[in-house]
Amino acid sequence: MATTIHEPPRIEKIGDSSRARSNSGNGGWRPLVPDAGDPRLVQEYAPPPASTGIWVAVAGISMTFAALTSALVVRKGGAPDWRHFTLPSILYLNTLMLLASSVTLEIGRRRVAVFMGGLRSTAASPARWLYVTLALGFLFVAGQYVAWRQLSSQGLYLATNPSSSFFYVFTAAHALHLLGGLGGLGRVIYKLDHLVLRRSTLDATARYWHFMDVLWIYLLLLLWMKL
Amino acid sequence: MHDTSSHAVAHHGPPASFIRKHIFSLDHKVIGKQYFGLAFVAVLVGIFLSWLMRLHLGWTNLAIPGLHLLSSNGAPGNLMTPEYYLQLMTMHATIMVFFVLTTAPFAAFGNYFLPIQVGAEDMPFPRFNMMSFWITFLGFIALMSSFFVGDGPTLGGWTQYAPLSAIGQAAGPGEGTGVVLWAISITLFCIGQLLGSLNFITTTLDMRTRGMSLMRMPLSVWAWFITSVMGLTAFAVLMPACILLILDHVAGTSFFVPSNLVINDQLLPHSGGSTLLWQHLFWFFGHPEVYIAIVPGMGIVSHVLITSMRRPLLSHRVMIYSMGALAVLSYMVYGHHMFVSGMNPVSSIAFSFPTLIITIPATIIVLLWLGSLYGSRLRINTASLFALGFISMFISGGVSGFFLAQPSIDILLHGTYFVVGHFHMVMGVAAMFGIFAGTFFWFPKMFGRMMNETLGRIHFWLTFVGTYTIFMPFHYIGLAGNIRRYQAFTPDYMQQFIPVHKFITVAALLTGAAQLIFVYNLIHSRFWGKPAPDNPWEATSLEWSTPSTPPPWNNFGDKMPVVYHDPYQYGVEGSTGDYVMQNSPERIETVRDEA
Amino acid sequence: MAKLFAVTIIVIAILSAIPIVRHTWWTSQDISTHGAPIDEQMSETMAESGILFLASQILLAVFIWKFSRPRPGEKIKSFPGGAMGLVIAAFLLVGTEVLALGAFGAKAWASIYFTPPGANAMPLQVQAGQFAFYFRYPGPDGKFGPLHPDLISEANQNIFGLDTEHDPDSKDDIVTAEMAIPVNREIHLLMHSKDVGHAFFVPELRVHQDFVPGLDLSMHFTATKVGRYEIVCTQLCGLGHYNMRAYLSVFSQEDFDSWLKKQATFQ
Repeated sequence: MATTIHEPPRIEKIGDSSRARSNSGNGGWRPLVPDAGDPRLVQEYAPPPASTGIWVAVAGISMTFAALTSALVVRKGGAPDWRHFTLPSILYLNTLMLLASSVTLEIGRRRVAVFMGGLRSTAASPARWLYVTLALGFLFVAGQYVAWRQLSSQGLYLATNPSSSFFYVFTAAHALHLLGGLGGLGRVIYKLDHLVLRRSTLDATARYWHFMDVLWIYLLLLLWMKL
Repeated sequence: MHDTSSHAVAHHGPPASFIRKHIFSLDHKVIGKQYFGLAFVAVLVGIFLSWLMRLHLGWTNLAIPGLHLLSSNGAPGNLMTPEYYLQLMTMHATIMVFFVLTTAPFAAFGNYFLPIQVGAEDMPFPRFNMMSFWITFLGFIALMSSFFVGDGPTLGGWTQYAPLSAIGQAAGPGEGTGVVLWAISITLFCIGQLLGSLNFITTTLDMRTRGMSLMRMPLSVWAWFITSVMGLTAFAVLMPACILLILDHVAGTSFFVPSNLVINDQLLPHSGGSTLLWQHLFWFFGHPEVYIAIVPGMGIVSHVLITSMRRPLLSHRVMIYSMGALAVLSYMVYGHHMFVSGMNPVSSIAFSFPTLIITIPATIIVLLWLGSLYGSRLRINTASLFALGFISMFISGGVSGFFLAQPSIDILLHGTYFVVGHFHMVMGVAAMFGIFAGTFFWFPKMFGRMMNETLGRIHFWLTFVGTYTIFMPFHYIGLAGNIRRYQAFTPDYMQQFIPVHKFITVAALLTGAAQLIFVYNLIHSRFWGKPAPDNPWEATSLEWSTPSTPPPWNNFGDKMPVVYHDPYQYGVEGSTGDYVMQNSPERIETVRDEA
Repeated sequence: MAKLFAVTIIVIAILSAIPIVRHTWWTSQDISTHGAPIDEQMSETMAESGILFLASQILLAVFIWKFSRPRPGEKIKSFPGGAMGLVIAAFLLVGTEVLALGAFGAKAWASIYFTPPGANAMPLQVQAGQFAFYFRYPGPDGKFGPLHPDLISEANQNIFGLDTEHDPDSKDDIVTAEMAIPVNREIHLLMHSKDVGHAFFVPELRVHQDFVPGLDLSMHFTATKVGRYEIVCTQLCGLGHYNMRAYLSVFSQEDFDSWLKKQATFQ
C-alpha cells in the first residue's frame, strides 16, 4: 500500500499499473481496503506528489500573475499617461511556436509512455520529440528577446511609459517561468537517458509546460487588449 | 534501479558527507532546525534593536555607549539621530514579522514536525525544501547587509508605503540602497516561503501514511497546512509588488510614483503612478501575513494544550473549520488597514464587516480552548504555561480588534500606539508564546535532551508579566492620541505620555533581559540537558513514536507507522496509561467530538 | 503554580481595566459637530469588549485554578453543551455584537463621509510636504490659483508653486504656516501632498485623513469650540515625521477676520 503514497524510483509500466485503474472513476480517490481487514484503517488514495505539487505551483504562479494583472488594471485606470502601442508582430510567431511545442511535447510524452511500457527498446527515439520541444522553447525565448529589441528600437524602453513597463514585466516574468520549464524538460531528458525517469515527473513537467502555454495566451490577450 | 517493494522510499538516502548532513541537507528535520537557528539569531537582533528604540523613546537625548560603532552616521557621539531611530524601527519590524514570526512557528516547527506527524519519511521535494531555507537565509543576509551600506537601512517602516519608498535617496537616508536591499530581501523571502508552502501542501495531501486520514491529522498539521495555503497566495502577491518597487527604484518606472512630486525643490521625473496600488498589493499580503504568524501558534498551542489537559478538544472539526474560516476571511479584511488612507469611504464599510465577522471564528477558537479546559486534568509545565499564556495574550490582543475593525473609531486610533499595542499583543507576543510553547514541548524530540524546567518557569513568569506591563500601556496612550513611529514626542499634547514611555522602556529592558534566561536554557540544555525519553509528555501523535530521539534520518526507521486512531486519544483506558498513541493497534473506545 | 497563575491573570486583567474605567488616559475632548457618534461608538465598543476581555480572562483563570489539580481517579468532565453550544454562543453573542457595532459604526462613518460639504463652506487648502503643513486661503476673490509644481521653491518662499504674475486668481491667495478657522463655520479642507504620503490628524476635531500624493482629497468639518489645537502627521513620511505638526486655531468670526487680514499683509 505504501507504494501508492511514496513512489519507487523506477520507470513504471503503463499496462500493469493498478493506479491507472484506480485513477478512473471517483476522481482518483478511493477507499483503501486494508489488508488486515481492520475497519479502523481508512485511507484515501493519494496521487503522486509531483502531480499535486504541480497544481500547487500553478496556483501560486497564477496568483502572481493575477496580482500583476490587477496592478495593470489599477495603474491604467488611475492615470492619464497611458500610451498605447502595437505589439511587435513577432509575438504571434512566438505564440505559434509555443503552441507547437505543446503539441510536440504531447507526442513526446506518448512516445515515452510507450517506451516505458517496454514496447520500444531505446531511449533515443522517444527523447527526440522532447528535444524538439526544448528547441521550440528556446526559440520562443529568443523570439521574445527579438520582440524586446524591436520595442526598444522604437524608443519604448522599460521606463518609457507604464504600458511598456508592464509589457516588459509581464513578458520577462513569463520568460523566467518558461526557462524554469525548460530546465525541468532538460531534467526529464537527462532522467530518461539514465532510465530513472518517473512517469509522474514527466506528466508534471508536461502539465507545467502546457500551463506556461495557457498563461502566455492569457498574457497575449491581456496585453493586446490593454496596451 | 533498486528494489523498493517493502516500504516507502524517500527521494534521498542517508546523508553521506558533512555538507549534506548539516549545511545543504535535504532532511526536513535539519532544514527545520536551520530555520529555527535563523529565527533564533533574528529574534536576538530584533530584541536588541527594540532595546535601542525603547531607550531612545524613554530618554531621547541619552547617549548609548558604543552606539556609534554600529553606525557612525546614525549615532554621532552615541546619540541616535531621528532617521536612525526610524531605520532601527523598520529593521526591527521586518526582522520580527518575516524572519521570526513567519520562520519560527511555520517554517521551523512545520518543517521539522509536519512530515513526522503525518507519518512521512520526508517532504516530497527535498531539494526545493533545501533551497527554501537557503534562499530565505540569503534574504536575511541581504536585509542585514543594509546596516553596512551607504547611509544604512531603509527608514520607511515594514509597510514601505510608496512614494516614500520608491523615489530613492531624495526621500531620506536609507531610501536609496536601503530600500532596494529591503525589497530584494523580501522578494527572496517570498520565493523561499513559496517553495516551502509547495512542500507543506503536497506533504499534507500526498505523503500521509497509512491510516492517516485528513481528520486524523493533529491540529498542528492542520494549522501548518492552512498557513501554507495562505502563504502560497499571500507571498505570491507580495513578490511581484516588491519587484515593481525595485523597478521604480533602479529602472525609473512609475508604478507607484505619481506625477508632480517635488522634493528639495526638484520636480521628480516620475509620472502617473498609483500610491494606493502599493497599499492594496501590500495589505493583500499584509493581512494574511498576520494570520500566517498566528495560525501556526494556534495549532501548536492546541497540540500542547491537549497533551497537557489529557483530553481532546471539545471538537476537532470545529477547530479546523474555524482556522480555515480565519484563513478565508483574512483575504477579505485587508482594507481595514486603509480606512483613512484615501480609499473610497464605501470600501471602508465593505471591509469593516468582514473584519468584525472574523472575530467570530477567533472567538470560537478561544471558547473551544476554554470549554475544553473545563473538566480537564491539566498538567502544569513550562510548555503548558506558555500555551495558556498564549490564550490570555490572544484574548487581550484580540479584543482591541473590535475597535480597529470600525472605520469610525479608526479616525481616533489610526496610526496610534493603540494599533502598536494591538498587533504586538496578538501577533507579536501571542505568536512568541506559541513559539515558546512549541520549543519547550518539542525540544526533547529535536535535540534528545530536556529543557530545564525551573529556568523555563522563571522565564515564563517574567515574560508573561513583563509583556503585559509593556504592551497594555501602549493601548492607553494610543487612546489618548500618541502617534506611532515618532522618535520623540514633540507635540504639546504628547508631553504627558513621556513618563509612560519611560515606564515602558524599563519594563521592556527587563523583559528583554529575561529572554536571556531562555537563551541560556536553550544553549545549556542543548548540550548538557537531561537526556530525553522518547515520549516525555505521554503524547499520542506520531512524532513521539519514532524509533529514536531525535528521529533517524528517515524518521521512522525501516517500518512506516500505521495509524489506527484519531490524533488525541487522551482520557481513555489504554495499556500505557490514560492515552493511546495514534499508531498503537490497541482497540479502545474512541474519544469522539462532542459537537 | 497553577493557582498563582490564575490569580496573576485575574490581577493583570483587573489592573489593565482600571485606567480604562477611570479614564486616566482617554480620547481628547470633542470639538466637532460630527464627533458625537464616533465617541458614542467608542464607549459602546469599550464597554462590550471590556466585558468580553474580563469575562474570558477570568474564565480562563478559574478553569486553570480548578482543573490543574485533579483528584486521582477523577474522570474527564465535559463542558455542558459541548462544542456546538459554544459555537452557537459565539455566533449569538459575538455575532450580534459585531453586527450591531458594524451597523452603528457604518452609520457614524456614513454621517461623516457620505455628506457633501455645504454650499457656503469655507474653502481652505492644506499642503503637506516633508516636514511641514502649509495652508492657503483663497483671498477676497474666493478662488484658488492653479498650482505649478515646477515653481515650488522653498528658497523663494513659493511653497505651493503659485504663479502670481500670470494667474490672477493666485494674486490674493494667502499662504500661512498655521491653520486658523472660524468657530461654528463649516470648513471645506482641500488636501494636497507635495511629495510623499502624509496625514492630517487633529484628535480634538475627530478629523483624520491621509494625504495621497497624486490624488487630492477633501474633508469637511465644523469646529465648535474656540481654542488652539495641534495638527499632527500620522503617516510615516521620513526622518522629520515626528516633528511634522502645525497649530490649528479656532477663532471667533471677528478674530478670524482680523487674523486673516494680518496674514494678508505678510504675503
